[in-house]
Amino acid sequence: MRHSVILRTAARLLVPLMLLFSVFLLLRGHNETGGGFIGGLVAGISFALYAIAYGTAASRAALRTTPQQLMAVGLGIAVVSALLPLLGGGALLEGLWVQWQGIKLGSPVLFDVGVYLLVIGVTLVVIYELEEHNPRLFPDVSLG
Amino acid sequence: MSAHLLIILPLVIPFVAAVATLLFARRPGVQKGINIASMTGILAASGALLMRLQAEGILVTTIGDWPVPFGIVFVVDHLSVIMLIVSAIIGVAVAIYAVPDADSTRVRFGFYPFFNLLMIGINGAFLTGDLFNLYVWFEVMLISSFVLIVLGNTDEQLAGAVKYVVINLVSSLLFLAGVGLVYGMTGTLNMAELSVALADVGQPGLVTVVAMLFLISFGIKAALFPLFFWLPASYHTPPASVSAFFAGLLTKVGVYALFRVFTLLFTQDVGYTHTLLLWGAGLTMVTGVLGAAVQNDFRRVLSFHIISQIGYMIMGLALYTPLAILGGVFYIVHHIIVKANLFLVSGVAKRLRGSYSLKSLDGLYAYHPWLATLFVIPAFSLAGFPPLSGFWAKLILTIAGIEVGAYWIVAVAVAVGLFTMFSMTKIWVKAFLPGGGGDAADAVGPLRLGTRVMYAPIAGLAALTLMISVFAGPVYDLAERSANELHNSSEYVEAVLDHEKSVADSASRPGVDGGAGDVYAR
Repeated sequence: MRHSVILRTAARLLVPLMLLFSVFLLLRGHNETGGGFIGGLVAGISFALYAIAYGTAASRAALRTTPQQLMAVGLGIAVVSALLPLLGGGALLEGLWVQWQGIKLGSPVLFDVGVYLLVIGVTLVVIYELEEHNPRLFPDVSLG
Repeated sequence: MSAHLLIILPLVIPFVAAVATLLFARRPGVQKGINIASMTGILAASGALLMRLQAEGILVTTIGDWPVPFGIVFVVDHLSVIMLIVSAIIGVAVAIYAVPDADSTRVRFGFYPFFNLLMIGINGAFLTGDLFNLYVWFEVMLISSFVLIVLGNTDEQLAGAVKYVVINLVSSLLFLAGVGLVYGMTGTLNMAELSVALADVGQPGLVTVVAMLFLISFGIKAALFPLFFWLPASYHTPPASVSAFFAGLLTKVGVYALFRVFTLLFTQDVGYTHTLLLWGAGLTMVTGVLGAAVQNDFRRVLSFHIISQIGYMIMGLALYTPLAILGGVFYIVHHIIVKANLFLVSGVAKRLRGSYSLKSLDGLYAYHPWLATLFVIPAFSLAGFPPLSGFWAKLILTIAGIEVGAYWIVAVAVAVGLFTMFSMTKIWVKAFLPGGGGDAADAVGPLRLGTRVMYAPIAGLAALTLMISVFAGPVYDLAERSANELHNSSEYVEAVLDHEKSVADSASRPGVDGGAGDVYAR
């Protein structure tokens, strides 16, 4: 099976939209349905779609970092957000909030950003590894 | 340092270390250093917790400052802190041992991050005071152990791992079902509150049914008869550092959970539940030791002995007197150190002779007398040879058994001790003495530097065993304190409930929004 021009063109349009949507889900998650996990999945899927259309090498290049690094940074952000309240004498994972120009920012959002990055990392590690070890999963695009 | 921070340090340190080892994914040397530092840090934090505990009594903290029933409490009593310290000691020993033992492929696929994640799961299970949270820590522990057990991808490992994974999933399912039923009956999952609430349920039959769910679930994790079969099928497959860590700690987390729930929660119908535990303990001892007698692989013999030793610990719990529980706790401490050490010795023997089979390990004593010496200390301690630590542990349990007139279990325990001696002697004769029926006494290569490094943790743990043997007093005192706390759980319950009251009083502090206040506002 070859990858059609339609898929590749559609992917170029869809990937940015999906990434934007994933950020929307991430931010929406604080008070409504959504959150870092589902946002991370959508972002991960957008890179997976890119990999299906253009191959994993192109998708890895578009990511600009390794999925492992994303996992580490995501976990690190989550840890920092969990530990921040301790500096002020609070409890682990306690929510800290600041008002800035009418926008409420807090450590739970930071935690969610950590989850978001971690989920992208985990999804992509699995997808890239599976694809690179079973090349027929996504046929080589260079043929098309 | 505030008590809040101190209590969560055994979780925070390995978490930060897991992140750091991921960040240095391409630098194995750095990862090894981080891992050793992380384990040492946990040991230091656990030691500090012990001192704080001695000074201030049972320590309690809430996570996220959410008041119960929304929040989760972490509780540090003597049993928790003893388990934390012993597991951190094994952590340090295995971290050093793994420097030469964990090969580059394993390190590349995340050996060190998962090692730290496993430690988080273990420490979390020891710290938590919430039943559902305990389930979560068990899952953290299991997921990490699944990865560690299959890293390396040999057929043997996968075959062992499938059994390990499937049976543990069943166990988790039963645990979750039990948690659900408990919540349905009482409306809380906080263990201190449950301790009070379960007594007032008014349906002793239903409580006993739930107790049985927990018994089966934790029994699988602790490898209790007849739920042990996954253990000898899987523990001999991963490299020695992993199997030593598993052998020392994982089943003991199950034992810890049994000690916790059958002293704090399910004490309504002791005549039924603890008699069943006693039967389980006796049968576990016997089947384990008989299973070991027919094995001819170093680690398989040791695996079966884990099972029989679990029987002794559960015997202490089942007799349910302060002295018996003391004996059980002492046994756990002694066993973790000794058993992990024996697995570490088997790993060195494998490195020297290329096999775990007792047949091909013939005559190690002639070439490596020090290894033989280091084997003898934990092996004879395991068998209960006086004056080693295992002797004291068995002696306390025997006295406790005679005190309550449970002569048959005492007889079983003593007989199993003799059979343990038989197995250890078998390893000694076949693997260490020359001409023990081995294939050939081909020359052993010179000691490589890596192997020399592996001697350090073995010697350290053996020295610790000797310390516990000669100066059994401090360990005895600690075990006695924990036994008193466990047998009379009011101290634990009061500590947690008092803390909850004080948190509720000071809820919605100024400057901190979004915590407890938010929930009430909605």
